[in-house]
Amino acid sequence: MKLINLRRVLLAAIPIIVICTADRAECAASSQQALHAKIEYCNTCHGLSAQGYRGFYPIPRLAGQQTQYIENQLRAFIERRRKNSYMYNVAHVLSPEMQTALAKYFNALNSKPLRDAPRTLVDKGKTIYEEGDPNSNVPACMACHGGEAKGQQEIPRLAGQLPDYIFNKLVNWNKERGQDERRPDISAIMLPTSHNLSKAQIQAVAAYVSQLQ
Amino acid sequence: MIKLVRSKIAILAIVSSTIPSWAMDLDTVKFRNCTWCHGESAQGYAPAPRLAGQTERYIENQLLSFRAHTRDNPFSKQYMWDATANLSSRSAHDLAIYFSTLTPKAANDGDKELANAGRTLYENGNPDANTVACAVCHGPNAQGIRDIPRLGGLSYYYLKRKLEQWGEGYHAAAKSPMPQIASKLSANQIEALASYLSFGK
Repeated sequence: MKLINLRRVLLAAIPIIVICTADRAECAASSQQALHAKIEYCNTCHGLSAQGYRGFYPIPRLAGQQTQYIENQLRAFIERRRKNSYMYNVAHVLSPEMQTALAKYFNALNSKPLRDAPRTLVDKGKTIYEEGDPNSNVPACMACHGGEAKGQQEIPRLAGQLPDYIFNKLVNWNKERGQDERRPDISAIMLPTSHNLSKAQIQAVAAYVSQLQ
Repeated sequence: MIKLVRSKIAILAIVSSTIPSWAMDLDTVKFRNCTWCHGESAQGYAPAPRLAGQTERYIENQLLSFRAHTRDNPFSKQYMWDATANLSSRSAHDLAIYFSTLTPKAANDGDKELANAGRTLYENGNPDANTVACAVCHGPNAQGIRDIPRLGGLSYYYLKRKLEQWGEGYHAAAKSPMPQIASKLSANQIEALASYLSFGK
C-alpha cells in the first residue's frame, strides 16, 4: 500500500517538476491561477464565500473547516471510503498538492454562518452538545469537536455548518462513511453515536452548532 | 399582432389584479392571461417556457423579478415586464401554486444524437475544466427544488437561449451562480445540455 502511495505521489509530481525547472516564476504563477480557478469552481456549489449552499442537496460549509479534515475527506471520496458520486468526480482529478492548497485556503476563511435553523431548538441542542445523553449512550459532542465546535485535525468543525447537511449526514452515516472495510477510517467513531441519536436530537444539535460563529 | 397581444395582456393583468385572491378557484381570467403565450395547458409554446409542473417558488420568484425588472433578457423585457406590471404579490403566489400543480409534458425537441453527451455533462460536469455538475443543484432527474427550476422536459429552444443569455450577461442581478457557470459553457455543451433536458420529465 505504501509503495502504491509513493508511486502516486511521484507520478503527480512529474509534470510539476518538468514545468517548474523550465521557469520557476512562470510555474508559480500558473499554479496560482489553477488554484484560483479551482476555488471558484468549489464556490459555485459550496457558496460564494464557502459558507454552504442549498442546491438539490444541502452542500456543506467549507469556511474555517479543519485542513486535515478536508484533506482526509477528499481522499475518502477518491478511495470510495466516503460515498458520493459528485464529490468523487470532483476530487479524483485533484493532485495531492491541489488538495492541500484548497484545504488550507478554506480553513483560513471565516465567513458568517447562514444562521437559519429554528431558534427554539438551540437550547436543547446545546445541552446534548455539551453533556451528551447518557441514557442513550450519546457522548458529549464537545469532547471531540471542541467547546466552540471548531473541530481538530481530522475531526470536523461543526460551527456554522448547515443544519440540514448535518442531519442528512448523521441519518445516513452507515451508508456514506467508512465504506471500505479493508480501510477503516476515523468515521467509525461516529457510527454508534449516529445510531443512538434520535432524529429530534440530531435536529436540535444541528440547530445549535449551525448558529455558532 | 404582437402589439395587440401585448395590450391585451396588459389590460388583463390590470383586471386580474383587482380580483381578490379568495376568488382564486373561480378566477380563470388570470390563467387565461398566461396561457395565451405559454399554451392552453401551460406546456409552453415557442419561446414561452412550459409552466406546468415548474417549482412553485421558482415561478413566484420569476414573476416578482419580471415585475422588479431584474430578469431582463429580451423576451422578458418585451412581454413579461408588462404582463407583471400590475400583478400583486398575492396573485403571483396563487399563479405559482396553480401552474406548479399541472402535469408537465416533455418537449422532446432536442437533437437525439447530442443527448448522451448532455447527460454526461449534466450528471458529472467536467472536473478537469472546472465545470460543475448541474444535478447537484437541479436534482438527479432535473426536477428542481424550491426556487431552483425544474429543467427536465423544457423546450430545447428555451433552454438553449436561457443558457446563452446567462453567459451574455442578462439577469446578472439574480442571486445565482448561473452567470458564472453558463459563461464557461461552449456552444456545443449548451446544445448537448438543452437536447438532453428536452427529453426529460
